Order: sequence, then structure tokens, then C-alpha cells
Amino acid sequence: MHGLVRTSATLGKPGKSTLLEVEAPRAIDGRAPDVFRSGAWVPMRTYSDSEEVDFAIVGTGAGGGTLACKLAEAGFSVVAFDAGPFWRPLEDFASDERWQGGLYWTDKRITGGADPVELGSNNSGRGVGGSTVHYTMIALRWRPEWFECKSKLGYGRDWPISFDELEPYYEEAEEALQIAGPIDYPWGRRRKRYPRRSHPVNAPGLVLARGCERIGIKWSPVPLATLSSPRGMAHPCVYRGFCAYGCSTNAKQSVLVTFIPRAINAGAEIRDLAMVGKIEMGKDGRATGVHYHRNGNWHFQKAKNVVVAGYAIETPRLLLNSKCDQFPDGLANENGLVGTHIMIHSGPGVWGTFDEQIRQYKAPPCMAVTEHWNYDDSDKKDFHGAYAFMSQGPLAVGWAQCVAINRGLWGMKLREEMTRYNHVAGLRIVGETEPQHDNRITVEDEKDQYGLPIPRMTFSYSDNDKRLMKHSIGSMKSVLEAAGGKELWVDDDTSHLMGGCRMGDDPSDSVVDKDGQSWSIPNLWVCDGSLFPTAGGVNPSLTIQALACRMGDRIAEMAPRGEL
Amino acid sequence: MSGFKTPYPDYDVLEKRDSPSWNEQTREAVRQRLEDVPPRRFLSEEQWTLLEAIVARLVPQPDREEPVPIVPWIDEMLHKNETPGYRYADMPPMREAWQRGLDAIAAEARNRDGRSFEQLPPDEQDALLTDIQRNRVDKQIWGDLPAGGFFLHHLLKQTVGIYYSHPDAWSEIGYGGPASPRGYARLGPDERDPWEAREVDVA
Repeated sequence: MHGLVRTSATLGKPGKSTLLEVEAPRAIDGRAPDVFRSGAWVPMRTYSDSEEVDFAIVGTGAGGGTLACKLAEAGFSVVAFDAGPFWRPLEDFASDERWQGGLYWTDKRITGGADPVELGSNNSGRGVGGSTVHYTMIALRWRPEWFECKSKLGYGRDWPISFDELEPYYEEAEEALQIAGPIDYPWGRRRKRYPRRSHPVNAPGLVLARGCERIGIKWSPVPLATLSSPRGMAHPCVYRGFCAYGCSTNAKQSVLVTFIPRAINAGAEIRDLAMVGKIEMGKDGRATGVHYHRNGNWHFQKAKNVVVAGYAIETPRLLLNSKCDQFPDGLANENGLVGTHIMIHSGPGVWGTFDEQIRQYKAPPCMAVTEHWNYDDSDKKDFHGAYAFMSQGPLAVGWAQCVAINRGLWGMKLREEMTRYNHVAGLRIVGETEPQHDNRITVEDEKDQYGLPIPRMTFSYSDNDKRLMKHSIGSMKSVLEAAGGKELWVDDDTSHLMGGCRMGDDPSDSVVDKDGQSWSIPNLWVCDGSLFPTAGGVNPSLTIQALACRMGDRIAEMAPRGEL
Repeated sequence: MSGFKTPYPDYDVLEKRDSPSWNEQTREAVRQRLEDVPPRRFLSEEQWTLLEAIVARLVPQPDREEPVPIVPWIDEMLHKNETPGYRYADMPPMREAWQRGLDAIAAEARNRDGRSFEQLPPDEQDALLTDIQRNRVDKQIWGDLPAGGFFLHHLLKQTVGIYYSHPDAWSEIGYGGPASPRGYARLGPDERDPWEAREVDVA
């Protein structure tokens, strides 16, 4: 039997998994899991390794999964690889933080620098759909000026692409995900209405709302990629609150239940539990395909084009690990920029205790936002850059670890503090960090389970990053205090990964062009968060998906002109 | 002896096990946690006993006849080498960090007054753990293993994570627990669905 999930027959015996785990590839023999129906399958076109497909895409998350759909719908032959499993959310996902630990990328990685970033569950998914399977569904557009932040705002770098160029693709992505958002979103360019009605705001969100209103700044319900009314086989969000641990009802519009089914329907093959370890180069300086590990063996898929979409650690890692005699420093790395300028979102949070019961385990974790400081260009800021903050919704384990580690609390003090869980609400920023050359991905001599050199991420905050965080803590405190929060305290966290293969207009100063096409290898592309030249002050997934949608259209335009 | 009181004395999250708040896969995951407590396979007997004593200070359970098991699940994690997906550059690999960290705590205790950690009275155990948390340790014993980092990112994080993965811990803090397919209807402040914990005044 293919793709057996460990169920009652094998559970619980010593030595068996205590995490969500899928043992063997499921998307084989001409079919793939039907994510909408338990035990059912959908037909899937499959390609042989020797068949030279138009596109081999490495990664099926916000970038790769979205692009696989666009390219397949444009008529290209596509095989999209994912190192992780093809989940069946309705059958696989439990309502349990610990069990769902199987959703995350847990291969060997080293994290260093002055401010080492927590990886794994914090920012790295593993499985078809990528990190959108465990993201919190925040679907915000970039501030238009951020695409020209050097010219217009005086910091960072300009993107090679404008908001005007990307706007129709934001719209396309929002439509594809059926974003539920407010009628009037208070920031950014005037927009057409969101496809679905906004969700009711939960208690933690109303704390943010009350605090913002009292200090006189705007707030909004967060536009979310979870359904507020039925869509096809998926029913609306039931507010169970486990979004960061996988949605077991399919209300969440992850890539797994949106672009992937469309991609398969349009003829793409999704190859699950298939880890790509190397891109092969031909003598003519073009990529010829990818080496991948599946079912215990290495295979080689021939392809006319290779798209790397493994997110900001795995994408540079694959380019670096694909070094060969012709490209001794790795692929697309003539200028030494692959892996550099990695960015995160800084994420200090402020927590307070409230008289009323908040019960922050209910509903999506982030239901209210203020982008006030994303759009404030006054001289009251002592830093460059931007931040937004959202209401929060940690579950029991996440909350306990946050309290214990940030406050160093243990013993009966911890157990007593934890009994106040239902009276706590907090805010956390998505804070822009600067692109710095030395914040980067490198590869080590040490090998992972496939024998591939493991990645090291080095990260340190700049002085400006630190000023931004300090400012944001003051802002969050004033909002929480105004909302009636008592005994405020601050924690330290981060989110998201961006940069590492930045796009640009100048081949000497970027890895790929505005279409994601590498400067030095014309049939090698990048399509994920590693493209970002700057980090902005909102969650990156919608922008990644808009870029992927645009890239799909661009490739479809270029192909008939013979430009691929 | 314990003055600990939960504000949710009549709430037991397990009463929802057969309700629409739990799906089959959740029942199985929690059943396993309750019934299939794993045996010792990775730690030595000495390390296991020491860890039991440490854990009893990090998350004391004087109010329970049967404490929530923690050490077996740490041993299980180490046995399977289930890492979180990263290691800090100044830390050895996870298994080595635990081996060295536990042995260092044992040596640190013996070195101070000749008694093992387990033999120390609770307040002295707490004082020693606080020193480790704050890196006030004998460098000869710890070598290049960061004591405070081991304490926070391995010892405390896992102990707390395992304790608050247990339904008894969910009940005591009034956490809703599993909630699929039925989620929640009432989301606002001071709103409670009938299947959520009822808070009582414990003051």
C-alpha cells in the first residue's frame, strides 16, 4: 500500500513515530492524493526521468507551487519536486501542537551570528504546499513605495519591479486564495474589494483594536487566506486556532489546497518525498536537469529549464551545492552574491494581562493589524524601515515555552503564571531588517542524511534593526496599556526568511533579473522569497505568490518569442 | 503541601474526547501520549535518575499523585534524534549536548559539596539550577558547552513543552485543547462556548 500514514496499527509502539509522518511517496502511479476527499485520488500525469520536461521546479510552496500551476495552465510540461510529503489534511492532521511537529523542516542546519535565528517550526515548512501549510494566512500587499524604497524613502534598495507591474498579480493571488478581508482596508493604494467577507475579530484582535482607537491610530481586521464562506469541497473556517500547526478542515487556502490541485489538473506532476540535491550543468552552460533522491535512490530528471523555489535557505544551498568544474563557486554565483543579504522579520512581542477572559487559543492567531508605522514617514522615527504589528494567539505549548524561555521562569512560578493564560493578550511586529552582505547562507563540510553539505545561516541585527525593534516595543506597549493591559513584558522572536538570491537590474549587483531568470545561466530561474531585495514590514507570502503569478505570465510570453 | 490551585477545577479536557472537538487522528495522538509512555533507551540509568530530579524542580507536581511523565519523552526524542531543525553554532549536536549537559550538572553538584544532585534538598537544587541558568558554573566541568544555553534551549524548553502537551496541563490552564472538526462559535472577550473551561475565582 502506497503512502501509508502511521495509524493505530503502528502508533504508540516504542520506536514508532510520535510525530505526524508519511513513510512513502503518495503521488505515484498516475495519481495524487485528493486533498478534499478522504482516501480519494485524482489522476495525475507523470513523466519519466528521461523525458525532457519544460520545467523542473524545486519546491512546491508559495513560489514553486504557484508557479507550477501557472506554467502547467500555460501548457508547459512541469515536474515539481518537494522534499516532504503530500499531506492529506483531512486525514493526517491532528489538533495537537506536538504531533504536528512533522510539518517542519528538521534536517540538519546550523544557525549562528550575533543573533542566531530559530529555524524549524519558526519559519521552515516541509511538504507539498511548503510553509503555507503552517502559515498564519496573513495576506497583505507590500506598501507601493517599498518597491522604490531607496529612491522614495531613502533607505534599502529599489526593486527591479514596480508596484504597478505587480498590482494585477496581487489581485490574481488574492482571487486564487479567496482572501477574506475588510471592505475598506485603511492602508495602501485603493483596491478592488476582497473576494470574501472579513472574519469576525476575536478577543485578542479586539484588544489591539481598542488600544489603537484609544491612542488615535488606525487598525484593521487582517485580510486572511482562510475561507469565510464555503468554496467547493472546502467549508469555512471553524476558528479552531491551530493554523500554525496545519489546517485539518481545508478552510486555510494553502498552496496545497489551491494551486497544487489546479497544477495537477492542468497536467503538472508533483513528485513528493523527492529531495533535489544537485542541478546538472551541460557543456553549453545550460542546466540539463536535476538529481533527486526518492525511495532510497538517486535519480536524474531531464529538463529544459530548472526553477529553484526552496525558500531562502534551501535555494542558495542548492545553487552552492551544485558547484562543478564550470561553476566552481556554485551556480549563478559569479559575483559571489548567492546566499548573501538574507533577511528576516524581527519580531519582539509585548504581552499583558487583562481583567476579561481573552482565550487566545480561538480563531486564527492574527486577526487584527496596525500598519500605522509602515506608512508613517514623519521624522518621529529614529530608524529607516517599517513595521506592522498584529494580535497573537499562541496555544498551550507555544505559550508555555515563550513564557519559560523569555522570562527564565520555571518551577511553581511557571505553573502559576500559566494559569493566567486565558487572561493574556499580546502584540508582535513584523519588523523590517536591512539587507546586509554578511547575513548569509553558506554550506558546511558536514553532511545531511542524503550526503549533501548542510547549510549554515549567519545573522546579526544592524544598529538600525535594533532601533526599529526598540521603537516598536514602545508602540506596542502604548497600545496594550491603552487597551487595559497590566504587567506588560517583552519577548524576543523572529519570523520569515527573505533574500539570498536577490533580483535586480544590474548583473553585477544581483543574482537574477526581475523575471527570476539568472543572469549567467539562461535556463535557471529562482521563484521564492529569496528574490526579495528588501524585507518590507508585512508577511512575505502574498508578494511571493504575486511574483510567481507574474513570472508564469512572463515565461508564457517569452517562450513563443524563443527567449527561453 | 502545595498551594497550587487551578482556576478551572471542574474542567477536564479529556471529557471532550468523544465529542466533535476531537477527530480520529487527534484521539490516537493523545491516546498514545497517555498510554504508550516509552521505556528508557538513550540515557544511562544515572542520567535518567538525575533528569527526573531536575525535571521535578523545573515543573514540580506536588499536587498530583501521578505526575505527568516528562523524562520518558525526552529520552524518546533523543533515541530517535528528533531535532528541532537547527542547532546553534556554539552548541554541539542535540544528543551530545544532552549527554554533556546532564553529566556536567551531576559533576557540578558533586563538586560543590560532595553530594549528588538528587541528594540535595529542593532549595539547594533550585539554587544550583539557577546558577546553571545564569552561567555561574565551573568552566573546567562545562568546557565549551554553554551552560545557560543548554539550560534554556534544551532542558527547560523540552521539559515545559512536554508538560504542556499533556491533557492534565491543558485542563489546569483552561486551554481548549483539540478543536477539530468543531472549533468555536464565541470568539469575543468573556465569551465561552459550553465546551470550554469555566473559570472560578480561586482568590
